[in-house]
Amino acid sequence: MIKHDVLIVGAGLAGMRAALEVCKDLDVGLLTKVYPSRSHSGAAQGGIAASLGNSEDDSWEEHMFDTIKGGDYLSDQDAVEEYVKAAPKVIYELEHMGCTFSRTEDGKIAQRSFGGHSKPRACFSADRTGHAILHALHEQVLKNAKSIKIYSEWYMHQLIVEDGRCGGVVVSNIRTGEVEVIHAKAVVFATGGYGRVFQITTNAFAGTADGAIAAFRAGIPLEDSEFVQFHPSGLYRQGILFSEAARGEGGYLLNGKGERFMEQYAPSRMELAPRDIVARAEQSEIDAGRGVDGKDIIHLDLRHLGEARIMERLPQIRQLGIDFIGVDCVTDPLPIQPSAHYSMGGIPTDMFGQVVIDEKGTPMKGFFAAGECACVSVHGANRLGTNSLLEATVFGERTGRSALKYARNAEFSKVNESHEKARVLNQVEEIFQRDGSESYNDIRNEMKEVMMAKCGVFRDAEKLKSCIATIQDLKERYKKGKVTDKGQLFNTELYEIIELGNMLEMAEIISTAALARQESRGGHFRTDFPKRDDKDFLKHSLVSRNESGMELKYKPVVITRYQPKERTY
Amino acid sequence: MAKFRIKRYNPEKQAEPYYEEFDYDIPEGATLLDCLNHLKWNVDGTLTYRMSCRSAICGSCAMKGNGHALLACQKQAAHLLKDGSDTITIEPLGNMPVIKDLATDFQQFWDKVDQVKPYLQNKEKPPERERQQSPQQFRKIDDATTCIMCGACYSDCNVLEVDKNFLGPAALAKAQRFVGDSRDQATRDRIKELSKPGGMWDCTHCGECVERCPKPAEPFYRIKELMAVGLEEGVTNNVGARHALSFVKSVKHSGRLNESKIPIESMGYFNIKGLLDLVPVGLRMLLKMKIPPIIHKPIDDAKDVRRIFEEFGE
Ligand SMILES: Cc1cc2nc3c(=O)[nH]c(=O)nc-3n(C[C@H](O)[C@H](O)[C@H](O)COP(=O)(O)OP(=O)(O)OC[C@H]3O[C@@H](n4cnc5c(N)ncnc54)[C@H](O)[C@@H]3O)c2cc1C
Ligand code: SF4
Ligand code: SF4
Ligand code: FES
Repeated sequence: MIKHDVLIVGAGLAGMRAALEVCKDLDVGLLTKVYPSRSHSGAAQGGIAASLGNSEDDSWEEHMFDTIKGGDYLSDQDAVEEYVKAAPKVIYELEHMGCTFSRTEDGKIAQRSFGGHSKPRACFSADRTGHAILHALHEQVLKNAKSIKIYSEWYMHQLIVEDGRCGGVVVSNIRTGEVEVIHAKAVVFATGGYGRVFQITTNAFAGTADGAIAAFRAGIPLEDSEFVQFHPSGLYRQGILFSEAARGEGGYLLNGKGERFMEQYAPSRMELAPRDIVARAEQSEIDAGRGVDGKDIIHLDLRHLGEARIMERLPQIRQLGIDFIGVDCVTDPLPIQPSAHYSMGGIPTDMFGQVVIDEKGTPMKGFFAAGECACVSVHGANRLGTNSLLEATVFGERTGRSALKYARNAEFSKVNESHEKARVLNQVEEIFQRDGSESYNDIRNEMKEVMMAKCGVFRDAEKLKSCIATIQDLKERYKKGKVTDKGQLFNTELYEIIELGNMLEMAEIISTAALARQESRGGHFRTDFPKRDDKDFLKHSLVSRNESGMELKYKPVVITRYQPKERTY
Repeated sequence: MAKFRIKRYNPEKQAEPYYEEFDYDIPEGATLLDCLNHLKWNVDGTLTYRMSCRSAICGSCAMKGNGHALLACQKQAAHLLKDGSDTITIEPLGNMPVIKDLATDFQQFWDKVDQVKPYLQNKEKPPERERQQSPQQFRKIDDATTCIMCGACYSDCNVLEVDKNFLGPAALAKAQRFVGDSRDQATRDRIKELSKPGGMWDCTHCGECVERCPKPAEPFYRIKELMAVGLEEGVTNNVGARHALSFVKSVKHSGRLNESKIPIESMGYFNIKGLLDLVPVGLRMLLKMKIPPIIHKPIDDAKDVRRIFEEFGE
């Protein structure tokens, strides 16, 4: 059995930032199913928010208000306050660690504007901010190799919980297939988002809900899962993100008839309206049969900007189009469509990263979570751009501190190693024994399609009910899938099957929570309940599973400074 | 219909690697990764490779296509069908042991990154706010920081084929990222380390890593920047740099390496443009009795070379 004082699962921004706190005093295991530098945080382009005021006066109060308004008043305001106040300090820390930021002429960290923020507060490193931070943190983790042991390409299967306390995780080494128990005084989950549940997503293949589902299966409810953000400009079919900058520079959105349809939806802001509004407008056009060539395509047209301007301001976007779909935006419009981008919900935690297991805030001892897999909740019903890199960093640090404090005074709990191992070994054996009458690829595709079509940008009761029924059916078919690789060595097929099992569970949770929320708020839009309903739904959902199926509970939203108002831009 | 000729290897089943062919009609706009995923998910689930972001930023999916390292997710599959050929050959990265099919063991690659102390070294207590850095200073490390650690350069580096101790292009690019950083205080120590055998002077300037790099990191250019700093710092007590001294003398004289003085077998490939960029620095150093960089192949027209030297006013 492997032992660490603290075991962190996930080595993106949240996981590595947490590791750097814990390693100040205790020994840390840092486990990730890809190499740390391959975590999806690296894909973030736009920036990380903080009210540094480097280019215009700014304050944490304004950052707080923008975040709460952006979240359609579902954010817990006490947590938001801590979060925005901590922002400048964590940015300076990143800078001191060596993170490269783009600079102003006088040598300060440069800041630019971003959707939903009233001030230019996005700190950035050219068009690869996540990459710059991820690598800076990775460098620090390598520097602290004495106290941080990295397990790259290891997969976390299950959480070990006994007597209401978390004692470790069951994992396997992807390369050798060996199953191990890692015994820890405290466990931190930083496993990222789950956009892969949807057909079209900006998320990496690794974004499969493993962490959220491991917690869920250990009896922890998931919070606000119905809130998924759709980004207006994912590449057609692929979902690869074209940053907001394309519209910021003056790009047009055109439907199949060549019309700038945003005139119908947001005549004053046009293409620059907030993300959820633009995504809904695009989807409306597609649903009305006005997609390009009758397909799910909207055109992002940059041709009128001319080659010089495109090369100066949007070189990366041009390259993406050429590499990934063979379209040069200088001569042709880019095919895009709304793409699942960010998961606002997740494992419920308090504002110190401590996981809580019910609506009363009862803590699960020894278990912490941070980053996109967690729901603190600072983003409420809709996250503003640049706020999630900040969340991963701020709450990575705070959660690391909490885990450190907890583990310092805790003993290792008792863990039944052979029993825990057997649970995973049996699961793998069971997968190998399935009768093979179904194709996992079909199941995965059908799940993604139904989630996109019925639990996507527009939802209603009928669609959601049919979505849930389909997912339940797929779960049955999943038990009969066909495996071709039964080896131990680097069996990526096996891990994809396990991930699919997690995603099917997540899909059911998302659609169940979406069906229960009979209102429209932030990223969740119900055509049968198109208005926000503060009287009945100004509350967080909590989904768990009991003997008879999914169970829904709610907990109140913490409101301190800003009373809910209508969200208009 | 295209043929994907894929190098397979699974030591659990068979001791030797072999090639297997798959037929697949490449859909319009499909990347190589899209094609591999199609094959894995519909034809043969045992086909093994790494991938995650599928947007050329995580560095997982590097492999060889038609003999050269590339990112599978960044390459339009149809572009690999050159000159009327209907076959695309896919192989694992070079210079690394293969684990299974296209997945290679990156241990040595990371060990070498570790060797260059890949983190900022600055002993001063940091200020309350950010350390200052001008846009010009940022630009010096901008390119190096784009590296995604994909290993494409490492795979195709010619020196690594013969000398496993060579740090290799990615680790050297990472080193430049700190040597060039206005906030780093360990430049001299770093350069000293990098001047040891296996370090920057062992690069043969072939430029292959620039060709393979999917990002602006382009290691050879970073290596040249390191060499320039090495010369400025005068850290020259090493074999590579001593070779370099006789080289500049002989090139200036005849446009050729004097093969009796410089063991030609320790060299190999040649990048004239890259080297000429270094000439002014090298000559300046020579005049100051410091030691200039190394070059590898004879140059045809001695007159031209001398003229170039003259134009630099040295
Ligand atoms: C294309 C794109 C662009 C974005 N741009 C921005 C932006 O500009 N600004 C912004 O603020 N936000 C942006 N976001 C959102 C932001 O990048 C993420 O929310 C954030 O990076 C999440 O960080 P994380 O540390 O929580 O998770 P991740 O970085 O996703 O890391 C998850 C880690 O968990 C590990 N893991 C998962 N499951 C397992 C398992 N079973 N076993 C072992 N390890 C596991 C993974 O290997 C990985 O190391 C963007 C997102 C995308 C997709
Ligand atoms: S230029 Fe140097 S580092 Fe790059 S491939 Fe050639 S020998 Fe290797
Ligand atoms: S330098 Fe380029 S090729 Fe080499 S690892 Fe970095 S990104 Fe890949
Ligand atoms: S999959 Fe990430 S670089 Fe290709």
